[in-house]
Amino acid sequence: MSEDLRELISAAKRAFDQAANLDDFKSARLAHLGEKSPIALANRELGKLAPIDRAARGQEINSVKSEITAIARAREEFLISERDNRILIEEQVDVTLPTRNSQRGGLHPLTILRDDICDLFIGLGYEVAEGPELESEWLNFDALNIPADHPARTMQDTFFIEPLSTKLVLRTHTSPVQVRTMLDRKPPIYVICPGRTFRSDELDATHTPVFNQVEGLVVDRKITMAHLKGTLDYFATAMFGEGITTRLRPSFFPFTEPSAEVDIRCFLCRGESSDCRTCKGEGWVEWGGCGMVNPKVLIACGVDVEEYSGFAFGMGLERTLMFRHGISDMREIVEGDVRFTAQFGVGR
Amino acid sequence: MKVPLSWVREFVPLPASLTADEIVDKLVSLGFEVEGVQDLRSEIHGPIQVAQVLEIEEVEGQKKPIRYVKVAAHEERYVICGARNFTVGDFVVLALPGSVLPGNFAISARQTYGKKSDGMICSARELGMGDDHTGIIVLNPEHPGMATITRGSDAIELLMLNDIILDIAINPDRGYAMSIRGIARELALRFNLPFTDPITLAPELPLNESPEVTTPQIEAGADFIVLRSIEEVDVSAPTPFSMVRRLQMAGMRSISLAVDVTNYVMLEFGQPLHAFDKSKIVGNLKVRRAGKTATLTTLDGQEHPLGENDLLIADENGALALAGTMGGLNSEVTNETRSITIEAAHFFPMDVAKNARAHKLSTEASRRFERGVDPQLPTLASARAIALLTEFAGGRYLGGKSDGAPSPTGVISLDPNYVSELIGGHYSHDVVKNALVSIGALVATNNSIWEVTPPSWRSDLMMKADLVEEVARIEGYEKIPSLLPPSPLSRGLTPLQKRRRRIAQYLADRGLLEVQNYPFISQETIDRMGFTGARARSYRIANPISEKEPLLRPHMVPGLIDAAVRNMGRGAKSMALFEIGSVFRAPETIPPPPTLGTQQRPTPEEIAALYASVPHQMLVVGILLMGDAQSDSWLGKGRSYGWHDAISLAQEIIEITGHQATVHRSDFTPWHPGRCAELRVGDFAAAHVGELHPRIIAHFGLPERSSALMLNFGALPVVGPTQAQPLSNMVPTIQDVALVVPESCEIASVIRALRSGGGALLEKVELFDRYRGKPLAENEISYAFTLTFRAPDRTLTAEEVASLRDSAVAAAAKLGARLRG
Repeated sequence: MSEDLRELISAAKRAFDQAANLDDFKSARLAHLGEKSPIALANRELGKLAPIDRAARGQEINSVKSEITAIARAREEFLISERDNRILIEEQVDVTLPTRNSQRGGLHPLTILRDDICDLFIGLGYEVAEGPELESEWLNFDALNIPADHPARTMQDTFFIEPLSTKLVLRTHTSPVQVRTMLDRKPPIYVICPGRTFRSDELDATHTPVFNQVEGLVVDRKITMAHLKGTLDYFATAMFGEGITTRLRPSFFPFTEPSAEVDIRCFLCRGESSDCRTCKGEGWVEWGGCGMVNPKVLIACGVDVEEYSGFAFGMGLERTLMFRHGISDMREIVEGDVRFTAQFGVGR
Repeated sequence: MKVPLSWVREFVPLPASLTADEIVDKLVSLGFEVEGVQDLRSEIHGPIQVAQVLEIEEVEGQKKPIRYVKVAAHEERYVICGARNFTVGDFVVLALPGSVLPGNFAISARQTYGKKSDGMICSARELGMGDDHTGIIVLNPEHPGMATITRGSDAIELLMLNDIILDIAINPDRGYAMSIRGIARELALRFNLPFTDPITLAPELPLNESPEVTTPQIEAGADFIVLRSIEEVDVSAPTPFSMVRRLQMAGMRSISLAVDVTNYVMLEFGQPLHAFDKSKIVGNLKVRRAGKTATLTTLDGQEHPLGENDLLIADENGALALAGTMGGLNSEVTNETRSITIEAAHFFPMDVAKNARAHKLSTEASRRFERGVDPQLPTLASARAIALLTEFAGGRYLGGKSDGAPSPTGVISLDPNYVSELIGGHYSHDVVKNALVSIGALVATNNSIWEVTPPSWRSDLMMKADLVEEVARIEGYEKIPSLLPPSPLSRGLTPLQKRRRRIAQYLADRGLLEVQNYPFISQETIDRMGFTGARARSYRIANPISEKEPLLRPHMVPGLIDAAVRNMGRGAKSMALFEIGSVFRAPETIPPPPTLGTQQRPTPEEIAALYASVPHQMLVVGILLMGDAQSDSWLGKGRSYGWHDAISLAQEIIEITGHQATVHRSDFTPWHPGRCAELRVGDFAAAHVGELHPRIIAHFGLPERSSALMLNFGALPVVGPTQAQPLSNMVPTIQDVALVVPESCEIASVIRALRSGGGALLEKVELFDRYRGKPLAENEISYAFTLTFRAPDRTLTAEEVASLRDSAVAAAAKLGARLRG
């Protein structure tokens, strides 16, 4: 290679090396690779050469040009990444700054629980049945084998609407929805009935005049109390965790026969602590009531008791919520303190 | 019911090794909730001994009189005593140092009033034997029912302070268990022990027609009554000590021998009894309705005005007792009483329940009658009472008379396989039969369908399902298998249920918190909100929790304001709340309910009438927005919620329902008259929304410009799935126009005009600026819009777009808008 051309490479390399930033680099590139650069001029001189020399000289010029281009490209890449690094560091922010400046929303935990329970039972093939809160006495009481003089129908327990001749009450349970369901459709019936219910209790740590229930009703051929027990076990485990099953105790409700109270295994001590505060060492806590639908109720709703049997159960949503979340005072659930709801709104 | 175990043991030999917990577990498994276990042995620890008073020295110069007493128990010692109701030679109860009395009261020797007191002489209250604290206990060696009294003997055993008392809750269907008889029977069958029926304690006392005996006569409310009379009774005779203690442990006070005996037999047998002063009964003793009888003063001194249908015990002169509930003062056994008539009747449960409820008298007797008393008992229980009276008060039995007869028990047909069919486990015929026999039923198994006759005390057993429960209960509910029923088919949530969930979730995601308020409201609040007409017509609760709030809410917003105020009281400043639920507006007339039985399904017409008698209840969402929507932060100034946030939420909720709303000016309470909108779906007013009225904001101290809405989403029809429109791939053309509009013109109508003028190819109209001020006239506003035009199949030419824009503007111009120069 000719000395003059070799000199061009080293001159270009010196110039690029000395370019400290992209602006310097641009002028160096203009000087060493631009239209007026020595290598461009040398190329232009080719035409003046004898054809025999032209090819060899042309090859040399091309190879020098690509070598300078490679040097330039390497330097440019270096300078770009150097610039980028500098700028990205300058643009750094404090990502730990608080980002929320709007209100935090959330569903009431009773809504979350109600929806979870409905979904659980939809998974079992149930449908969700609902009905009015202001309800007829016949649907709330008579059809459920609670006759006119039953103690549950006194003013101590039930809110009555004036004038009394309207026979309207604030429903004391969601059982009238069960009756409506049986009047409205034929078995097989598999429904879950969530909703607000009312009893004339003063508000205290364990009572509220307005509360929520979830009831289940199944009417089908060959339905047994074993099915009830199995359903309750499934429900309890889903609500309170693996290993939490139910215990049935004989009890009395006008609308079921046989009837039972449903206890769940104490979710806190699992029956293993004699001084557990939640179950008072009993190993069980009361959860709700249940039983086989009283034939009198089926008859009042026109269900053929020779062909069908059924079970029903009912739990307080507030009580279930208290168990699940360690809430000791029912007033917190009903007072509508936004701080209470906000605890549950975006998670569980 | 409080049950001393020693009393139960008289009829069933429970092994001494059984713990109270074991007994409780069995009772629970039989359907009896045990609400408390009181083990007296854990409350009192000896040495507590019988002591005889040897010397009494009066200690002078103290604030109250004090005695220094020398007593002889197992050994002699001195104690200080403040009581004065004893004398030398009396036997008293001495708690020695080291003993502990109920209430964790430890006794020690101590120096007091300059003397050493080496123990304590006890009162009844200090020993947990009732309320008497007027003096110390002076033991009476002559007192019947008390063991022999000797110096130094153990007073804990003597005074029956070593019992275990179970407090058992009895369900309404198990009246028979409100007795020692019933509880002993249940424990005997659960522990498989022999049972001695307490009724065997009743002697055979003949009934006769002696003219000396009061004559009973049933007119109503009972099917059987027995009266037995006795004369020359010493009513001042003391009640036997063991009887007093058992009554005490069962939670009743000892009153007088005659009353104590009736209570004792009631507890033992389950049959409430009443003792009348025979000399005060004039003529026959009737069970009858009150009719015109006006009043009765009961034993507790209360004068009760009587209702026509109240059930009475009465004589010729009038009311003697509220049947099955409480006796009357006029025929009470007093110190002067010499002859007594014992009344034992089988009153009908409903009549006693009505008596008790009407007069707010829930008594030991009424609670038993309401739950059902064995109709065979009047004869036996009255005989037992007479026997006890004559034993302890002397007297001569005059005889007895009855009216009516105990109703026989109905027979229930039972296919024994039905038990397994309904429970779902295997219950062999032997198991079924043994269980039914064990509860006292007669079981005839000659045919494949058995005939089961429940025992007389089980009036709750009326149908085969009742018998199934008994078999399952006796075998134990824990033997019921756990199985899931066959899985049916479900369509999941209904469209309306899904809609409700989506709205709630949407609002929560948008930063609103859900609350659930009580639906009660005061008339004052309704008035303050300015509700009138149909919006104010609510329902009144006959027996509200609070007399201040007797109405059902006709609107969602007042409850949300209440919740906000409560939260502001706890320091909250900004809030976005929502509630989903029912509001209650009464129609002008509520259709009367049909009269329906329960023996069969109502007819379709009856069902329709029944449903019509329950007025519709709107399912709505209410929202309250107040304070900062965004707070000031390092990003810049925040902003407050305003009427437009509420309208935007309402529009989006309506979109969730599958509908589109149009916005119209409205003037509706409780909103600001100039800042209230009605959102319509078609012609239906689905929501009212806007800024709250400044007077309401001021009254409740809400932040300025607080806004609210109520939206009746339950009434919007369900729409089918959205039909997708084809998407155009053509490049849109954008045109900006500025229009000057008179302020009297609603901008929504201008936008609608632009849309219709622009036609199908006008894809989007966006308002990006709003300006008023110079050089515009004072009543003019300039709006700047971006119009987006696009055709599905081609790129629009500049000429086409210009012409479409012109026709859009021309349509707006008809409303008074002009292009801004």
